[in-house]
Amino acid sequence: MGHDEKEIHLKICVLVKEVPDAAVTKHMDPGTKRLDRSGEKNLNPFDTHAIEAAMQIKEGGVVNIEEVVAVTMGPESAVRALHKAVSLGADRSVHLTDSVLEDSDVCATGYALAKVLQTESPDLVLLGQQSDDGECYTIGAVVADHLRMPSLTQVIKIDVSEGTLTCERQAEYGYDTVEVDLPAVISVGDAINEPRYPSLKAIMGAKKKQLDTKAAVDVEIEPQSVGSNGSRTAVLGINPPPEKQAGEMIEDEDTNETVEKIVAWLDERKLLA
Amino acid sequence: MSGILTYALHYEGSFNKNSLGAVSEAARLAGELGQEAHAVVVGGDDLTDDLCASLGAYGASKVYRAKAPEGLAQPVVDVMAKVIGEGGHSYALFGGGLLGFEIGAGLTARLNGGVTMEVTEVKVSEGKLVAVRPILQDSAVVDVDYVGEPGIIIGRLNAFDARESGDGASATVEDVEVELSDWSTKARMVNRGEQRGAEVNIEDADILVAGGRGLGKAEGFEMCEELAGALGGAVAATRAVVDAGWYSYSAQIGQTGKTVAPKLYLAAGISGAIQHKVGMQSSENIVAINKDPNAPIFEFSDLGVVGDLNKIVPKLTEAVKSKRGS
Repeated sequence: MGHDEKEIHLKICVLVKEVPDAAVTKHMDPGTKRLDRSGEKNLNPFDTHAIEAAMQIKEGGVVNIEEVVAVTMGPESAVRALHKAVSLGADRSVHLTDSVLEDSDVCATGYALAKVLQTESPDLVLLGQQSDDGECYTIGAVVADHLRMPSLTQVIKIDVSEGTLTCERQAEYGYDTVEVDLPAVISVGDAINEPRYPSLKAIMGAKKKQLDTKAAVDVEIEPQSVGSNGSRTAVLGINPPPEKQAGEMIEDEDTNETVEKIVAWLDERKLLA
Repeated sequence: MSGILTYALHYEGSFNKNSLGAVSEAARLAGELGQEAHAVVVGGDDLTDDLCASLGAYGASKVYRAKAPEGLAQPVVDVMAKVIGEGGHSYALFGGGLLGFEIGAGLTARLNGGVTMEVTEVKVSEGKLVAVRPILQDSAVVDVDYVGEPGIIIGRLNAFDARESGDGASATVEDVEVELSDWSTKARMVNRGEQRGAEVNIEDADILVAGGRGLGKAEGFEMCEELAGALGGAVAATRAVVDAGWYSYSAQIGQTGKTVAPKLYLAAGISGAIQHKVGMQSSENIVAINKDPNAPIFEFSDLGVVGDLNKIVPKLTEAVKSKRGS
């Protein structure tokens, strides 16, 4: 008794990314061997779960949240992803943008994001489990090691208490429950919540919220550690996927006959042993 | 320097299938490069000499054993960073699975190494490894080269097969003392491997009967269970039906569920969206039953059946029973 958990003030940073809209057919640029990111873009749908998780912690009332800050790295157009993040509840946003960051791979991107996060000194960094375009699943763990923070990915439940999170996730052998001391980096699975829709008022107000634009030098990024210079992988070539031969088709007209054909097919492949 | 280092995850006295696949793949690649494959194991007293040495049968010549908490990535990062720092391994290779992704990512930051994930194939080219990974929801594949060392390769689930050499080789076991990083001690396992719902181990099943929205209702899964029983397999489900509460989460296949590669994958009432496809496309034989002839699943099925599953599945179950019973 006499202990007031509400005295704790946490700052949450949510890493977000602008990705090509789900409706856009994505393809690689054969010249640069990078994803062609032209066309309609949107906030990475997986990131909306991270923002929602931040909002639920904030609204949960167990701890006081000082602020929720959306952080992104990307070209000028990425401000729209930040506006969306703010419309979903973030208090303000930070945009790391610089031509030296172009063509950064996972290694270089993780380093750059860690540098911009260091200037914010968050107690908790949240992010989505993957980007819709890069499908890397790993950036959280890269960022965490640079920040020297504990980290978990694919988290589907977070309970917050004084200085500690209790996280659940599905791992190799079932569900694991893990206690993590703050500060920490947590990547959330999309089963964690159902993100809310922004209100019209929030959408209209998003552009008025504070947005800080930072260049690499502002957050002390070493230019040789980012972009193609800092990348430790190089794409040698892009190929079509291995072709899969079209399979046999059966139209079910006489079900007994159809079943006979399926059984024969399975038997031929020794699947009924 | 040289050598390929893998991490072998263990639980309750046996190694993970994907880890054994990683050790086998590392051994194959090391053989081609004229190098050695080593493995790191992390845990407590259950990591006996015999258990560790058994990785030799999959091609590891040396096993580094460290005492540290199990089931969490960051302590393993500490161990592998130390082993690579002293042993000078050129590559770190991981089988598919959550921990491999986390450990590989942590090593990337720690050792400033290149990383490629969701790798489905590794090639040797001019004395180096090239990782092949599908991108953009498997609409293309890229060949990825590593700049500097170490190169970190994280496999897609079931990408690498476990292969025993058969000569009963045993690995030398070396204990390593590692002081854990401060931040690696800030996450603690409270409860590991909890089973929820009707837990089915679909990843180890040779035959899966998977149900989707086309089943129409939760009761439709009874049909799948009966067919799976007749075939000697297990039941899997799509995300849509798991979200609808028709079937257990532990049976979910796909992007946010499990990745499987059984000998037979029989899809009943599944349209075959990409999010599902990524979880089962490596299956040896794919049979799809769907009433919509334009369902995408027919594009990657080996046998497609256009028809009403309510009519076909029960009859198929009976036919399989009598065939297998005879």
